[in-house]
Amino acid sequence: METYYDPRDLGSFAEIGKDAPELAGKFFDYYNEVFAEGELTEREKALIALAVAHTVQCPYCIDAYTRACLEKGSHLGEMTEALHVVTAIRGGASLVHGVQMRKIAEKLSL
Amino acid sequence: MDESKQRRGEPFGERLARHGLALTRERTTALQVNVGLACDLSCGHCHLEAGPARGEMMSRAVMAEVIGCARRFRFDSIDLTGGAPELVPDLPYLVRGLAPETRRLIVRTNLVSLEGERGEELLQLYRELKVVLVASLPAGNQAQTEAQRGAGVWQKSIRALQRLNELGYGLPGSPLELDLVSNPSGAFLPAPQLQAQEKFQRDLARKHGVSFHNLYTFANVPLGRFRRFLERSGNLDDYLEKLTAGFNPCAVAGLMCRSQLSVDWCGRLYDCDFHLAQGLFLGGAARFIADLDELPAPGTPIAAADHCYACTVGSGFT
Ligand code: SF4
Repeated sequence: METYYDPRDLGSFAEIGKDAPELAGKFFDYYNEVFAEGELTEREKALIALAVAHTVQCPYCIDAYTRACLEKGSHLGEMTEALHVVTAIRGGASLVHGVQMRKIAEKLSL
Repeated sequence: MDESKQRRGEPFGERLARHGLALTRERTTALQVNVGLACDLSCGHCHLEAGPARGEMMSRAVMAEVIGCARRFRFDSIDLTGGAPELVPDLPYLVRGLAPETRRLIVRTNLVSLEGERGEELLQLYRELKVVLVASLPAGNQAQTEAQRGAGVWQKSIRALQRLNELGYGLPGSPLELDLVSNPSGAFLPAPQLQAQEKFQRDLARKHGVSFHNLYTFANVPLGRFRRFLERSGNLDDYLEKLTAGFNPCAVAGLMCRSQLSVDWCGRLYDCDFHLAQGLFLGGAARFIADLDELPAPGTPIAAADHCYACTVGSGFT
């Protein structure tokens, strides 16, 4: 069955540079530098990327950073906890807007 | 198409030649002794398919030949592996015979086999002779460890590590060396060694009060039971591609086969334990350790096989 998402497309990511090589070059240089060891370790950065990949729901990123996390020495317990962190933030971001709802409702109500 | 895709399936020997490299021996300074395939575990990554049903074991007669060889050539290090060496009845004879013949006698252990009375006797022997212990532990957590090594292994492994620490093994500054080996628990590559070591040390100390000296991380070799897992799970092609794409020419200089001889439970010689698993004899034909009157000269070729890619991925085997 044909689908919009094909896992093999991830390996062709670099082809995105074909018609705009300078911009792609800048992006990939930046990207690689972001994920290099800095104040945070490569393992920690991969865990953050994995969690964010779930909030942006990018299947390519979920695939790539699941592998990256395992190969940088994280285990499933840590990876799952990282997902709960973004899930809590994502859920919390919705819930905290309830304050607005309450204020508006209070203003409108007798 | 990028180069790695074009080169998919390129034989290891051709890849070496393209980089102007050859797989040849240097001075042989190490002996690895595989004492047999009997094991109380059936780990999913085992290239030898060791397990409880395997009966291959080194006899005392072959052990005497190994000790004789060690006396003739004075290897810098001798490394006993299996299977689970603890299950071989005459292991204490071999250990006592080899200890005076080398500066560094290493025994590999799956930790679980150190349980019970027999394990305790062996531990006392190891401590007396200052044997270096290299223990397998794929991960610092229960789920991944047991995924590779079987249910119940985690608690037993932690208990064995705690006992080793009680005996003085693995403590900071202790001459009783305890190292860990981690193979990934699946079709992915190992974490860089130093980073993984820091994390294992932190996790095992924090959660279990366990300490050890060094951690070695090795890629799984696509042979035996691990290859069958790769086939069954649909990971074989991707994994082989990952190994070939990650070929690091700089790792070739440090490959263990360049300075090591490997001998099996029958006394037959190989370049390494992976070639042993494949029946690729040293020099192309079965030769026995008892007949070895000189070590292979530097420059002697080593048979290149496609499983060698597992040794040259990333920083390679050390
Ligand atoms: S499998 Fe590894 S250790 Fe064995 S001969 Fe090949 S490169 Fe050397």
